[in-house]
Amino acid sequence: MKLKSLMAAVCLSALATAGAAEGLKVGMITTLSGGGAGLGIDVRDGFMLAINQSGRDDVEVVIEDDQRKPELAVQAADKLIQAENVDVMTGIIWSNLALAVAPAAVAQGKFYLSPNAGPSQLAGKGCHPNYFNVSWQNDAFNEAAAMWANDNGVEKVFLMAPNYPAGQDMIAGFKRFFEGEVTEEVYTKLGQTDYAAEIAQMRASDADTIYFFLPGGMGISFMKQFAGSGVDKTVMGPAFSFDQGILGAIGEAALGVKNTAHWSKDLDVPGNAEFVSSFQEAYGRLPSLYAAQGYDTALLLLSAMEKADVSDTDAFRAALKEADFQSVRGKFSFGSNNHPVQDILMREVVKEGDVVTNRIVGVAATDHTDAYFGDCNM
Amino acid sequence: MTALLLLEQTLNGLQFGLMLFLMAAGLTLIFGVMGIINLAHGSLYMVGAFAAAAVAGLTGSFLLGLVAALAAAAMMGAIVEITVIRRLYDRDHLDQVLATFALILIFSEGTRWLFGSFPLYLDVPAMLSGAVSIGAFSYPLYRLAIIVMGLVVAAGLFLLIARTRIGIRIRAGESDREMIAALGVDISKLYTIVFALGAALAGFAGALVGAIQSVEVGMGEPVLILAFVVIVIGGIGSIKGAFVGAILVGLTDTLGRFLLPIIFTAFMDPSAATAAGSALASMLIYILMAMVLIFRPTGLYGSA
Repeated sequence: MKLKSLMAAVCLSALATAGAAEGLKVGMITTLSGGGAGLGIDVRDGFMLAINQSGRDDVEVVIEDDQRKPELAVQAADKLIQAENVDVMTGIIWSNLALAVAPAAVAQGKFYLSPNAGPSQLAGKGCHPNYFNVSWQNDAFNEAAAMWANDNGVEKVFLMAPNYPAGQDMIAGFKRFFEGEVTEEVYTKLGQTDYAAEIAQMRASDADTIYFFLPGGMGISFMKQFAGSGVDKTVMGPAFSFDQGILGAIGEAALGVKNTAHWSKDLDVPGNAEFVSSFQEAYGRLPSLYAAQGYDTALLLLSAMEKADVSDTDAFRAALKEADFQSVRGKFSFGSNNHPVQDILMREVVKEGDVVTNRIVGVAATDHTDAYFGDCNM
Repeated sequence: MTALLLLEQTLNGLQFGLMLFLMAAGLTLIFGVMGIINLAHGSLYMVGAFAAAAVAGLTGSFLLGLVAALAAAAMMGAIVEITVIRRLYDRDHLDQVLATFALILIFSEGTRWLFGSFPLYLDVPAMLSGAVSIGAFSYPLYRLAIIVMGLVVAAGLFLLIARTRIGIRIRAGESDREMIAALGVDISKLYTIVFALGAALAGFAGALVGAIQSVEVGMGEPVLILAFVVIVIGGIGSIKGAFVGAILVGLTDTLGRFLLPIIFTAFMDPSAATAAGSALASMLIYILMAMVLIFRPTGLYGSA
């Protein structure tokens, strides 16, 4: 009897230590309800697809919904860190939420892998060895778009973005590399749904190209209204307004629009076609670039787990930094500030059968790195 | 060119104002007749847009979508009135705000549960797509159609209130609800009809606007705030006030966004002028509301 309970205790403690030694707990905070929930759902689904495909049963993922509200994200982070005692955090979509959560999480010794937001603050002065950005720095797509515009005869540009920090960052990124003339620069209200006044200005403008950043519903509204306006100008922007979840709602009004991204579903690199087909099979829809980012984030995490145990912080950090995984965007490595060095593609919106989607037309920037790594002392 | 731009912007303001009128008319009618602050009015706008998108997607007909939007919003309005609002007539405004706020959450999550988290597709009908050109001036045909439909609905609403029996009852209900109940009018049926009418107007606006905006969960709340601004400016309970207030807000907002940055460029460098101009433009309708309230505390057509 005594022996039996002793044995049981030994077994139990062995199990417990085994769990602590090999297992890893991920805390994911993302937007699953309210406006912009489509983005968080895509990141979550992409992430979970990679975890499930790995066949590992020692990764536990705790998922919390932030409803796109900073205060809820902070509460969820406190819960994940203190009550759930997670090792790695990820999931946040919006720059303002990332700024509220990520610095505090890494200061408490957790790893943070950003599957979407890339505010300039965290790439420059606020960089941290435990903060890894697996997506992009906010300016990146816009810098690449400007390079492409320079090479493709774009001369006069009308710029438009919502009046908030990410909007200003995106426009600043474009202007940093654009060599032509900026004829107008318009900042709209965040969440604005009617763009008639701005479209009238576009009609009167002598710009040849409209370059805009309007994420989510704002982009849908603008594109539908622009298509009906009869204004005949080229439209360009970062991929956030032309992503798979959004194209379904814009429809043919978006055909021909050029947009920059680091990934496209027709990108011919090992693993990408398998990712697209397995995502479609699992969830019944085409993956978006957010899904690709979620997938890559999980692949990065899994690659680090192969090399080091998360309890050995230094070894795990070094393993993450190697980025030894086959990204669905092809080349992927981390720069000195733990932000991606990657190619940025130029895509065009086309119709394939009944589905409006993107196809690659060229590479806008090769081995693109962000503009802020010089400010990062790490 | 500048005169043409100004004309186009004025039409834009008018169109925006008429959309706001459809929202505000229902809101002010419900408040005026029933004394209810209905925060869920924006949700009925969303219901209209989703019903239109779903039916237009299934049948391919925008017109059927519009009919479905009217029917779905009116039906939803009647159901909400009978199950929830009816219990709130004798409560104070705080309870009404709380209950109708809960309705917003229920509608939002219910819609997400039915339609998913991704925005729906709803396009302008082929007949109304593209732009019309008169000489050098061109304007989207669909927006012109919205202006026409908005004016038709406004005229119909005035006739309904001024000339029909139900209109007489609604006006009577506004001035003295005990008295018309005593005169033998079925007041609870009247309330259901008024609420359903207001809901149908909101659903109609949602469907019309859904074709040129994003049909997504939570699309009603920003419009709701503007609709409240409109009825405060116009005077709570007054349809005429809602009409004048809506056109004022529509023109102020559109022309402000367009003209302020230009005016500021006269004495500032361009990028500062753009920033200051667009910041001030987004406050302009609230400044307008404050001015109106200073000189006419009950709104333009409100009675104390």
